[in-house]
Amino acid sequence: MMRNVDVAIVGGGPAGLAAALAAHKAGARSILVLERDSFPGGILQQCIHNGFGLHYFGQELTGPEYAQRFVDEVEKIDSIEVLLDTMVLQVNPDRSLVAVSDKNGMVRVQAGAVVLAMGCRERTRGALNIPGTRPAGVYTAGCAQRLVNMEGMMPGKRVVILGSGDIGLIMARRMVWEGAKVEMVCEIMPYSSGLNRNIVQCLEDNDIPLYFNTTVVEIHGRERVEGVTVAEVDPATRAPKMETARFVPCDTLLLSVGLIPENELTKGTGAQMDRVTSGAQVDAERQTSVPGIFACGNVLHVHDLVDNVSEEAAIAGENAAKFALGTLQKAETVRVLPEGGTRYVVPQRLVRGEGKAALYFRVRAAYKPARLAVLSGGREIRSVKKRVMTPGEMEKVVIDLKDVAGDVTVRVEEG
Amino acid sequence: MKKEFVCISCPVGCRLTVWQDEKSAVQVEGNTCPRGKTYGVQEFTAPVRTVTSSVPVSHGAQRMCSVKTDAPVPKARIPEVLRAIRGASLRAPVAVGDCVVENVAGTGANVVATRRVTEKKR
Repeated sequence: MMRNVDVAIVGGGPAGLAAALAAHKAGARSILVLERDSFPGGILQQCIHNGFGLHYFGQELTGPEYAQRFVDEVEKIDSIEVLLDTMVLQVNPDRSLVAVSDKNGMVRVQAGAVVLAMGCRERTRGALNIPGTRPAGVYTAGCAQRLVNMEGMMPGKRVVILGSGDIGLIMARRMVWEGAKVEMVCEIMPYSSGLNRNIVQCLEDNDIPLYFNTTVVEIHGRERVEGVTVAEVDPATRAPKMETARFVPCDTLLLSVGLIPENELTKGTGAQMDRVTSGAQVDAERQTSVPGIFACGNVLHVHDLVDNVSEEAAIAGENAAKFALGTLQKAETVRVLPEGGTRYVVPQRLVRGEGKAALYFRVRAAYKPARLAVLSGGREIRSVKKRVMTPGEMEKVVIDLKDVAGDVTVRVEEG
Repeated sequence: MKKEFVCISCPVGCRLTVWQDEKSAVQVEGNTCPRGKTYGVQEFTAPVRTVTSSVPVSHGAQRMCSVKTDAPVPKARIPEVLRAIRGASLRAPVAVGDCVVENVAGTGANVVATRRVTEKKR
């Protein structure tokens, strides 16, 4: 099968679907979404809890409901085709790509523009090098989430959770609600990267203790997990203090220890990457360093709210359509750089000129209160004070592009 | 009796102390905005939560269908609500919003489907 389309989108999750709709609105005549799962919606289909859409739709939806809103829109538009059960193997710098599926065999696509929307995957035990045996019963939190919510299977009965990211917190409640005992959540950092509401409604509601500066130092069990050893860590070095080690009996260890943008295909295009976000470097149009290849959503940088993904994907989809139609202006860009407490900023480049641009960034540690300054050409062009900024919440600042007079720096400090 | 809560209205996470004074009025301390007061009063007097879960589907392209209560239910009733959901099942096709359990555990809320499940192709 060989296809020619205006815009090809890799991934049919929230980013891919929003990009498809925006590309259609911007005039793309043919849009092809390639999705490896058997249904569109991506990870939202297993996020059955509510709390999605407060910003984007102004109401609280569950993950599947949020996805369905976009699926319904996509289905109404004839020029958007979604190929399911289709795995993209390669994306080339000339905007051609190769995919495979049971139904169509090898699928070759030549696109006017490509939007990368592959999302991210979870860090596993291997990435942490937790010592001990290798029994069954060690799962990433998202894997357990899929088993419980979509396959109807319980991964265990007595659970320890390592990492207090949102998926871990959500799964703590989910496991309790399905009859398991959750012994504790261990967090190596002195703060949680999860949202406040999840700590309250998932842990405190269910009397699950959360231990900061604490990690799992050994996994025990031959066939199945029989327990873990947990220990406090030195907050400065994060080295475990073995005199605090204690054995916690359990049959399951869930890991919620970070997400990694899934960028194997991106690297194949030769796009310049950002070492901090693990995603591509993009300009305000979400175009990578390879002309006509755009990126958005969790493959670009890990978001905590899907609402922000939808917003970002719409930018990428719109500009991909413009590129395919030959109407995207090319212009000189300046760099956008993090400084001080700012860990990274997306986009990494900007075009000077008219209008406004939203900069998304994360801080390294908790700042309470925080002062944010955006500088360009030796001048402060934006200054914001906030009562709190934490690494768990993506921040956004809007700047006026006519103020940009050279590289832009986003700096956060205490104050 | 005084109760302590962490406000979830925004990332600041104010520590609230809530109690009933002599005139039975609910007092909130520690909040730094009006939303904190509203949250504190609600948590003190009648805490509610939306319950979400999954139920098995027969004849469907998927094995499970996600569900939720269409209104928040009293926090204390969550175990009963979950028990009722555990006893429920669906038959494909299922549309978003289909009722799964009516007036679940007498709370006045219904359990409804939150995803579409098409019939399995033969």
